[in-house]
Amino acid sequence: MMQHLVVLPILAPMLMAVMMLLPPLQNTIYRQRIASFFTMLVMLGIAILLIITSSEQTQVYALGGWQPPFGIVLVADRLASMMVLLTTVLGCGALLYASAGDDNLGMYFHPLFLFQLMGINGAFLTGDIFNLFVFFEILLIASYALLIHGGGKQKTLASVHYVSLNLVGSSFFLFALGILYGTLGTLNIADMADAASRLEAQEAVLAKTGVLLLLLVFGLKAALLPLHFWLTKTYSSASAPVAALFAIMTKVGIYSIFRIHGVVFGEEAGLLANTALPWIWPMAILTLIIGTIGLIGSSSLKVLTANLVLISVGTLLLAMVIPGGIGLGAALYYMLHTTLVSGALFLLADMIGKQRGKAADRFVPARPIQQPGLLGTLFFLAALAVIGMPPMSGFVGKVMILQAANGTSGMIWIWSIILISSLAAIIALSRAGTNLFWNLCGDKSDELASSQLQIIAVVLLLACSPLLVIFGAQVTEFTDTAARQMLHDYPTIKAMMNAGITQ
Amino acid sequence: MEALYALCVGVLTTCGIFLTLRGRTFPVVMGMTMLSYAVNLFLFASGRLTINGPAILGFSVNYADPLPQALVLTAIVIGFAMTAFVVILAMRARADLGDDHVDGRAPDSSETPKNQS
Repeated sequence: MMQHLVVLPILAPMLMAVMMLLPPLQNTIYRQRIASFFTMLVMLGIAILLIITSSEQTQVYALGGWQPPFGIVLVADRLASMMVLLTTVLGCGALLYASAGDDNLGMYFHPLFLFQLMGINGAFLTGDIFNLFVFFEILLIASYALLIHGGGKQKTLASVHYVSLNLVGSSFFLFALGILYGTLGTLNIADMADAASRLEAQEAVLAKTGVLLLLLVFGLKAALLPLHFWLTKTYSSASAPVAALFAIMTKVGIYSIFRIHGVVFGEEAGLLANTALPWIWPMAILTLIIGTIGLIGSSSLKVLTANLVLISVGTLLLAMVIPGGIGLGAALYYMLHTTLVSGALFLLADMIGKQRGKAADRFVPARPIQQPGLLGTLFFLAALAVIGMPPMSGFVGKVMILQAANGTSGMIWIWSIILISSLAAIIALSRAGTNLFWNLCGDKSDELASSQLQIIAVVLLLACSPLLVIFGAQVTEFTDTAARQMLHDYPTIKAMMNAGITQ
Repeated sequence: MEALYALCVGVLTTCGIFLTLRGRTFPVVMGMTMLSYAVNLFLFASGRLTINGPAILGFSVNYADPLPQALVLTAIVIGFAMTAFVVILAMRARADLGDDHVDGRAPDSSETPKNQS
């Protein structure tokens, strides 16, 4: 059992999702909810076990026992297992929230949700770049269906754009893979890192094209600047639990950029060294600027949160391009924080919007909501976390990024832009809070109060933020080690594959 | 043969990209289909083109690289499923939005909005 641990985060949701399409579970939403919760608990256990085992030693799992680099491998190092745990926690929150009733708006919410988790986990764990493509497609096709879950004009419209863009993106991904296979002769990530350093000059130009095409694809997933136009519309029109789960989708893109462009084609890639960095650098800064402008100009809480996601993308990539990879540990910590908090904010926006009746979450005068005290407090805490005010994890994350940038050549850019975007976040969120909670007219609305499950879901996600501060020392130590391991571990992984230390 | 093959991939890609940039959903879907054809051919060529080379060892002296063939198979299956989905989505969008423009309505009809509710 233990030696198959690495493949379980992919198998568990897949098996349960398939079972949900069969009679005993099919068509009864209560059984599906219980089955989903059960799966999430199991996955939580698996993810924690995976973190424990992979902190001791990186796990390499050859599927079907086929010898890499020709067989397909899964690699669970610290970073991958951390991301799997993050996905599971976020998934728990989103699932709890959905079980309050959102999952009943359309068919097959639970199976699709689990398929999406399977795709995300697979994308984090895979050690083969073609399999990264396959898992991208799995998570994408589940996300297409989840996006239109519940129906409505806005969702259909957002879906058309999102699906078309991602299909074109997938084509480019395959072009890039073709080029890289043609030049490097391998698709195994650890093997590619090795082959890149031995590349001959005549093939370098072609390989560079492939590497940059990959940046285009991952940039589309991560919503890097010229490719970010889909994000606000998609995220703000998706139903709340789906939007919350989508908070990790941009992180899949960022994770891939970290892995492929930061490490495989990073410092030690010979002729291909740092091919993408000169592009990421200005794009990350522009993403931050556009996100900040969008933040100020947002007309509703969901759009505002979507812009906050954009800002976090910019911040993360900016932290990555700090020379020498010293910002990576801080970036990973910030990634944990921002994913959970923006997920919570999406859920909160939906709760507030539902209680305000017709005005929804738009910043217009509306009738007072049912639970102003509770939702107000939650919103305040979430805002503190996302801005980066002291008691919450955003503060620690941002300080660590700023510290890593201290004394480097890009310091003036990183400091000024991150601090200005935080200031803009304070302004935008205080305006949002004032409008939503204090700009009132008429009597109390007769909308239903939020259910216990919804509140628990938001509290669960928000509670992670102070926990990340309380256990800050352990978490930062873990992320720092994970970053260092990611930067230097590919030769070891390759050696492990060659030696056949695989189950 | 290489030149002809490259030309085919190039023409398909050009047409695909041109069509995906059009304003109505039908040309966009057609464009994506062409793009996926181009991608499949391209992937196939990434293992170099060989004639009369089996993909299994031991049948001939020169053999073809089997990996791109496996990749193409996967890409075809995924591309096919995605195309099916996007066709259904385009039909749904036509029904929901009352127009087959990708933005839900053609830009020139913005002064006289129709089917607004």
